[in-house]
Amino acid sequence: MPTDSSLWLIVLACGAATFVWRALGVLVTRRIDASGAFFRWITCVSYAMVAGLIFRMLVMPESELANVSLPIRMTAVATAFAAYFLFSRRLVAGVLAGGVSLSALAAWLG
Amino acid sequence: MAQPPLDEVTALLAGDGAVTRKALLDALSLPAFILFFTMMGFGSLARGAGFDAEMAALASLLIWGLPGQLAMVELTRTGQGLIAIVFACSLANARFMPMVVSFIPTLARRQASLARMLLDAQLLSINSWAMCMREFPRVEAAYRHRYYVTFASSILSAAVAGTLLGYHSAVLLPPVMVLGLIFVSPLFFALVLSAVPGRAERISMLLGCATIPLAHLFWPAIDLLITGVIGGSLGFVLGKWWDAKNAD
Repeated sequence: MPTDSSLWLIVLACGAATFVWRALGVLVTRRIDASGAFFRWITCVSYAMVAGLIFRMLVMPESELANVSLPIRMTAVATAFAAYFLFSRRLVAGVLAGGVSLSALAAWLG
Repeated sequence: MAQPPLDEVTALLAGDGAVTRKALLDALSLPAFILFFTMMGFGSLARGAGFDAEMAALASLLIWGLPGQLAMVELTRTGQGLIAIVFACSLANARFMPMVVSFIPTLARRQASLARMLLDAQLLSINSWAMCMREFPRVEAAYRHRYYVTFASSILSAAVAGTLLGYHSAVLLPPVMVLGLIFVSPLFFALVLSAVPGRAERISMLLGCATIPLAHLFWPAIDLLITGVIGGSLGFVLGKWWDAKNAD
């Protein structure tokens, strides 16, 4: 087991290492034109990355969610979107419907 | 958080009180709770890896990006060296670079000092990024920063509180409920981003979903960066092409 001070060092160093990316982003943003092509491009890159991350979490999860079969997960996603649009785009409705249907299907079929 | 289509919006949201209220309501109606539960999971993992409660809370506050926090805890638990741990955490959170570049200009604060911009960047997480991209078209430019800071600091507080509670509580939820709670976090982002305007942005998101399976298979450590560059560049070009085609 690592010592206390080395664990503190790990936390602080990881915080600093993540901050480096944020600071780099700020330095870039101060040098670019927010209506220019580079900004448009990097916005698209961010959207693709975030969508990829969400897709990975829902379709190819490494968490305990991997124990729930893909059809169940996809049914729950579909239920969530149906509830979301049915209840005039309320996020709460979609999230509740999705979470409850996943839990129920996993308990029933799982 | 009912969502009238953009073309039905008549007046943009403005005013200190109204904007603060909306940001708090948007945070407390869902994302704060989702993060609270997610970070409870992180707190209990951090404890299992040998961290103190204060260390776990500081990790949520300073790193403020779950993939990096999980990498830190997992590699520490398995006894890796400091350099390997920091490198893995950093790589898992590299997405903050493009996210910050695409986000800071939308706050419409060109004249802000470097220190303030760095503080804004430190507060950013995928929750705030997605929520602001969705809500900013409805908020008067001068009030966007207020919306963002209120929303982001609310969910950050919930995250730190959740980390501490998860660390200290021995409460075990039923497994099926835990599954539902893990599932809800990506689901929330998916719903939030379904209302984001912009042709190129939407194409980029679809292409990101199409790229990630292969990228993850071949380069798991940098799958998101590859996905971003490929999906985003194609989305950017296709969006431009679409606009040009429909201009005449």
